[in-house]
Formats: sequence, C-alpha cells, structure tokens
Amino acid sequence: MREILYRDALREALDEEMERDDSVVMIGEDIGFIGGNFKVTVGLLEKYGDLRVKDSPISEAGIVGMGVGMALTGLRPIVELMFSDFLLVAADQVINQAAKIRYMSGGQAKVPMVIRTPIGGGRSSAAQHSQSMQAMVAHFPGLKVVVPSTAQEAKGLLKTAIRDDNPVIFLEHKMEYTNKFMIDDPVEPIPFGKARIAREGTDITIVATSSQVMKSEKAAKELEKDGISVEIIDLRTIVPMDRETIIESVKKTGRLLVVDEAHERCGIGAEIGAAVMDDVFYYLDAPIGRIATPNVPLPFSPALEFPIIPSPDKIVAKVKKMME
Amino acid sequence: MEKVYDKKQLLSFYETMYRMRRFEEEVFEFYKKGLMPGLAHLYLGQEAVATGVCAALREEDYIGSTHRGHGHLVARGARLDKMMAEILGKVDGYSRGKGGSMHIMALDLGILGANGIVGGEIPIATGAAYTAKYLGTDQVAVSFFGESASNEGTFHESINMAAAWDLPIVYVVENNLYGISVDIRDVTKVSDIADRAIGYGIPGVIVDGMDVLAVHQAAEEAVKRARSGNGPTLLECKTYRWQGHHVGDPAEYRERKDPKEKETWMERCPLKLFREKMRKENITDKEIAKVEEAVEKEVQEAVQFAQDSPYPDVSEAFDHVFAD
Repeated sequence: MREILYRDALREALDEEMERDDSVVMIGEDIGFIGGNFKVTVGLLEKYGDLRVKDSPISEAGIVGMGVGMALTGLRPIVELMFSDFLLVAADQVINQAAKIRYMSGGQAKVPMVIRTPIGGGRSSAAQHSQSMQAMVAHFPGLKVVVPSTAQEAKGLLKTAIRDDNPVIFLEHKMEYTNKFMIDDPVEPIPFGKARIAREGTDITIVATSSQVMKSEKAAKELEKDGISVEIIDLRTIVPMDRETIIESVKKTGRLLVVDEAHERCGIGAEIGAAVMDDVFYYLDAPIGRIATPNVPLPFSPALEFPIIPSPDKIVAKVKKMME
Repeated sequence: MEKVYDKKQLLSFYETMYRMRRFEEEVFEFYKKGLMPGLAHLYLGQEAVATGVCAALREEDYIGSTHRGHGHLVARGARLDKMMAEILGKVDGYSRGKGGSMHIMALDLGILGANGIVGGEIPIATGAAYTAKYLGTDQVAVSFFGESASNEGTFHESINMAAAWDLPIVYVVENNLYGISVDIRDVTKVSDIADRAIGYGIPGVIVDGMDVLAVHQAAEEAVKRARSGNGPTLLECKTYRWQGHHVGDPAEYRERKDPKEKETWMERCPLKLFREKMRKENITDKEIAKVEEAVEKEVQEAVQFAQDSPYPDVSEAFDHVFAD
C-alpha cells in the first residue's frame, strides 16, 4: 500500500495502459502541454508524443466524433472532456453515434472508446460546470457508465474502461482529484458490473456512487455512535448494474438508501429503487430512500451550493429517519 | 490536359452509375408498393459524384456517408442484395435489419456507415483519417455530405482539425441545393460552399457534379494530396436530386423560383451526358446495353433476395447493444 492522489492514480492507469497497448490514444482540451485542467495527464505528452496525447481545439462534438472514427478503425481513443457538462455540447456524437453504431450496424462495428470527464459540485463553478451527468448518460442504451469512488477504484476501473470494447463514460469526481488515498501495488483492472461492499453492516444498506461512497463512510461512523450499523455498497458502474449485490444486502438489512449526486428527478435513486423493488419488497422495513441533488441548477455561492448537495450530515439525518 | 481513359474504365464508371440508378428506382418501387418500412432518401441524379470520387480511392480507404447514402455504398462495392434486404428490414441485410436505409454500414469495405444525423459522420470520417495518420498507413478517408451539412458545427470543427493536423481526408460536398425544402441560397450567403475552404487554409475546389470524369479527376487530385500528407481538400460537386428529400416528398418547393428548375437539371442527367461522351469515344450502344443487362440481372436478383429474406426474430432486438 502507498499513498497517492486520486488524479495521480488516474494518470498511472492511463500511463500503464498506453505502455501496454499502442492503440490507446488520447485527445482533449489542454491535456498535453499543461497536463489537463485537473492535472491528470501531466507528463504524458512528453512521454508519448503529440500524436498520441493530442491537445485539441475547443470542439467537443468534433473530438468525440473523431474518437468514434478512431475507435471504428482500430484505435482505443480516450477523449477527455474538461467538464461533464460539456457532454451536452457533444451529445449527438456521444448518444446518437458512439452509443448506437454497434447496434445499428447489426453487430459489425465496435466502438472501444472512453470519455473521461469530471462530475460534481463543490467548487463554486455554478450550473454549467458542476453537474453530475450519470443519470442522463445511463438512460441511453449502448453506453457503459462508471462512477469510481477512491483512487484505487478509479485506477482499476479506468484500466477496465480502456480495455472494454464499448463506449464508456468514465465520470471522475472533481472534488477528489487532490485528495489522498491508499492504493495497492499493482492495481488490477476491476470488472464492470460487480459492486464493492465498502463497509459491512446489518441495519441499513446505502448504495452510493463516486464521492458519495466516502461521504457515506463518514456518515456511517457517526451513525455507529448511535448503534446503527450501516452497510455501504460502492456501485462502481451504473451500466452495467450489479442488482444482485444490492438485493442480497437489502434482504439482510431490510432498508435501502441510495445516495448519488445527480439530480433527484429520474435519477439514480429512482432507478435503483425500481430496479430492485420486485426482489426486495417483502424484506423492507422502511420505504426506499434517496438522497440526491434537488431539482434546481447548481448555484454559484457556497452559501447556496453546499447546503443542497448530498453530504454526510444529510445522510445521517436520512438514515436516522429511516430507522425510526 | 485532359486525362485519357480507356474503354474499360469508361464502361466501369457507367456500370457503377447505372447500378445506382437502377437500385434506387427499385427502392422507389418498393416504397410505392408499400413494401418498404420507413423512408429512403434517393441518390437519383447524383450518381456521378459517388462514382467519380470512389473510383479515385483504393480498397483500403475509408468513406463516411449520409442519409442519402445508397450511391456511396454502391460506389464502394457494397452488395446490392444485402443493401436491399436492409432497406426492407430483413435479417440478411447489412445490419440484420437494425439500421435500415439511413444506417447501412459495411466495415469490411471501409464504409464507416451511412448516418441519420446531418453532419454526424463528418468527425467520424475525420477520426478514421487520424487513425491512418497515427498508424502511418497511407490510407485516405472521404467524408460525403450535403451542402446543408456545411452549416452544422461538426463541419467546422472537423475540417478545422483536419486542416491543422494535415489529416488524409477529402471532404466532398454534394451541393444539390436543398436541405429538405430549404434552398441553400436562402440561408447561406456564399453561393459556393467551397469558398469556405479558405477559412481553414485548405484548397476549395468546385466541380460539375454531373460530369463523372470531371469529378473523378478532381477527386484524384484531392486524394493524392491527402495521401501524400498535404492535408484535406474541400471538394464541392454541383449536383441535383431528381426526387424530393425522401421518397414521397413531392418537392414542390423547387418550383418557387424557377418552374423549370428540375427540368433544366434533368437535361443534364449524369448518365445521359456520359453515354454521349462514351459514344464519342467509340463505345457502341451494344456495349452499353451489355453493361446495362448485367446490372439489371444483379438488381433483379437483389430485389428477389430482399423479398425472400425473412424478418429478424424479435429476440434480435436485444442483440448487439454491447460488444462482449
């Protein structure tokens, strides 16, 4: 085990996969000379050259579309979008092209590409640079959606994403980039569709994504003081989703709370609740709960922003209510 | 200096144009008989463009196509029977009935797909050109699109990048004057799309899109430039579609300015013009008829094949969402 920044764990995954496979090529805004807006790709231009670590113009649809073309012709492109909000600028290429080409070609084509992009609030970036796009992208068949929690998870899941033969939306939480974590050496690729039990417990199951896993862990420590035993499932991937692990846990605990930072409406909580209901209904001791960002755009002022995004305090309060 | 073609080459151009013509006429028949699900956008009238451009390509090159893509596919050697089966939604179609007229793909022929989104394929073809540059092959990509796609953002983003990085690609604008009902002259200040090339620092070339030999020579020049590492060309082919935007569109909007517009263009039928040219080159009517007969047989077989092919089983709706 060693200590590492989340962003450096991501860079190690990129570096190791680029060393392993010459067909891995990166393109994105500011990923080269300055090493990325969040410094994930520092040093890779120097190591792999300008053709493999390509600083692009500000053309999100163009670079995602180029990634699709590269993927169709034998490369494994990794496209970095500086903020996940910019997925909307490139939406046609992501949703109508990358996600659908294999299907529309009757299985002739595969599109092995990764779109790496940061999600989440907490930086006073306001409503166009703070969104969590996982619920939106998960809606469209043909995209895999990854929401890593820790540095270890980010590294292992990114390696899997790069080796996957499908378009993968890899959502990094921007508040984690400069956080320190302990990491194994080496980190093996982590399979998609298999959730991780981040903490074992008996009274309530929290299914969390991305940063909310760590926030749930903080909340669980608080709740432990009150004698509430929380089981935390780190979902890892929204598509594919590991229903079985959730169902087994809820059968044991009798309660389910979903914590995800995307907006509440048509969100991950609603999806998971409905997806497991048939299997867990008779085991539930309380209605399924969800914590999400309310249905308002993310505000700029910290006085407005922090109170509305999911937090350990909110998780504690919600769990206590569900335990009543 | 006029390029000299031998008889075999001339007959081959004619054969390809005639194949497109007859194929599209049969598609139209299927529509009129109510045997075709959905719609099709016919290539009738534009045959010289795809024929001339694709004749300048090598087997290993790539093309990206559009909603009006049947002609491009035929020019690249796609099988008529599998195309026709796809258009009818049958299991023996190129995409097993999952794509239909607008989404036929034949990756083994370097056809990156027809595309239902106007301008959607431009960055994808550009990505294929990036792959060729990255791998150091001397492959070239061609991106076909209509004049109205040149008002999409992907046109600008893609050509800008291809020009900046000298990617091996030729952008072929088929200017048939209309984006569905809207006359390009009413929504765009420049009358020649090729004029936009200057903004990207690349050559813009205008050619008579009804003259297959003129198209071929211009395409050869552009392909040579791309293959030798000198970057893209914007090649505008002035052409006209015989039918409306899609089958069933009466296209009365074309009579607003000039009641004889269609008539005038149809007098310049690319097949008719080319037959006159061939006669001057001492190709006999008998030789032409022989070509036509062989094509007719192929087309009839394709029609029969498509009709005989079964529909896919409903279980196939769930295949090919992801590659394993």
